[in-house]
Amino acid sequence: MTSDDTGRWLLNAVQSARVRRIGSRVLLTLLSAGVAVAQSTPDISKKLDDLDTAVKNAQMSGDNAWMLTSSALVLMMTGPGLALFYGGLVRRKNVLGTMMHSFILMATVSILWAVVGYSLAFAEGSPFLGGLRYLFLNGVGADPNGDYGATIPHQTYMIYQLMFAIITPALISGAFAERMKFSAMLLFMTLWSLVVYFPMAHMVWGKGGFLNGTLGGRFPAWDFAGGTVVHITSGVSALVCALYMGKREGYPNESMRPHSVVLSVIGACLLWVGWFGFNAGSAVSAGPLASSAFIATHFATAAAVLGWMFAEWMIAGKPSVLGAVSGAVAGLVAITPASGFVKPMPAMLIGVLASVVCYLMVSKAKKVFGYDDALDAFGVHGIGGTLGAILTGVFATKEVNDLRMGKAMGLVDGDAGQVVNQLIAVAIAWGLAIVGSLIILKICDVVLGVRVNKQQETDGLDLSMHGEEGYNFEA
Amino acid sequence: MSACSPLRERDEKIEAIIQPHKLEDVKEALKGIGIDGMTVLEVRGHGRQKGHKEMYRGQEYQVDVLPKVKLELVVPTGRVEEVARTLIAAARSGAIGDGKIFITEVAEAIRIRNDERGEAAL
Repeated sequence: MTSDDTGRWLLNAVQSARVRRIGSRVLLTLLSAGVAVAQSTPDISKKLDDLDTAVKNAQMSGDNAWMLTSSALVLMMTGPGLALFYGGLVRRKNVLGTMMHSFILMATVSILWAVVGYSLAFAEGSPFLGGLRYLFLNGVGADPNGDYGATIPHQTYMIYQLMFAIITPALISGAFAERMKFSAMLLFMTLWSLVVYFPMAHMVWGKGGFLNGTLGGRFPAWDFAGGTVVHITSGVSALVCALYMGKREGYPNESMRPHSVVLSVIGACLLWVGWFGFNAGSAVSAGPLASSAFIATHFATAAAVLGWMFAEWMIAGKPSVLGAVSGAVAGLVAITPASGFVKPMPAMLIGVLASVVCYLMVSKAKKVFGYDDALDAFGVHGIGGTLGAILTGVFATKEVNDLRMGKAMGLVDGDAGQVVNQLIAVAIAWGLAIVGSLIILKICDVVLGVRVNKQQETDGLDLSMHGEEGYNFEA
Repeated sequence: MSACSPLRERDEKIEAIIQPHKLEDVKEALKGIGIDGMTVLEVRGHGRQKGHKEMYRGQEYQVDVLPKVKLELVVPTGRVEEVARTLIAAARSGAIGDGKIFITEVAEAIRIRNDERGEAAL
């Protein structure tokens, strides 16, 4: 309706109102409305503003709904996902202690994150560590932070990132399972978050971070959801822990069979589902990139399950259930950095390569080296994460994520240099994890002693650390 | 032993270690000859039957104590042979690992509820 039409319509309305002898107040109202329409330009501009706000709000609602859902999904990966996955793999006497390693980090890292962690990871600072601007969540409110997510509240981005900071140290606990003192574990995880995780997250994802791919990094590396930040840091630190703490009593001669592969299967399935929040959520929006990452994640995982299963079937003679679910985790780990950059077919290739390599790592290489990475945190996360981070540089393509405005994103696009950037990021993650973990372990050892005594280890962590048992059948 | 009357028939305990999947057949068979009291224990062990291998992420484990079911029942001496034969018939598959039966004399049987002794307590 043009303003002329509107005017005519109003005139008619006014006339017909007169005819109908409608009261003078109604007439007055209609007349003033007519005056407003006559001043049509500011009115339309206001309407456009309103429309603009409405569209923005609608997009924010959509994106925010997905990001809050993703945040919850990623928390679910730690508890109960990882808690069950790891809990099933240990002996019965350590099931609670092992699940506690995951669960207690849901609380510990959360507090640390609110006080100082988010700021050290995501506030602007040096290329290697964030500043203190967001200390105590100061300035983290409903308004979006345009650098990280223009269409979601800053608070949502903050809580989403927290869930990553929780699961990463929890992954390490697989290496020192069944023998670490609980108090030392708490101190280790707190220091590890401060010394390894927050700096690495800042380098890769923080504004101005050394390796940030989009916000001014010196060596822009692609790490969509945490191949370097999450899996290399945790996996390599896990290896350091396993080497530093030494083998479990009786390893490898005594039977250390998983006490319940059933729990591990349930845990792995929860991890697979939760990982959609981890990877697709890393789009920080509910748009097509989220779909692409979701799909790459799923197909990589499916291929990885089959990869591990057939490799084990051929080499060891039977397709084990634990092997199949371990393959899923290996695939999920490897596709994590690549998920927002690669197409489904390369995703499958990444998944199957990672699972076969991880299978050989945990079943053959571990025996050769003789370290006791109890639940294979290094073999799956360290190795799978490294492989994934490098392959991201190979298969990243502008057809999926055009961050360079039409220029090549990775080797298949024609940019071999990206692989070099990925290797630099991998090397930094390895270096930081090794040096950081060694120093922290030493500190924990001097202050508290990292390992339980022989009697406590024989009794099991459930009884000796927590005064409980996982299964009280006579109760 | 001295408390037992020489006229009274002795009781004997039959302990049978059987394959867990044979428990239902054995219970039915014993019920068929009028034996309805027994204790069932889930136990683990092995005789000549060797265990099996399990493999977790390439780590091989030899598992040689296997799950078995142990039945304990006390019957008058006169019925021992009949009960043992019934049990064997029901529990036998012919393969290694079918289990064993041990029979021992019982000095006394007492019903906790009312102090009944001997066969009346069974």
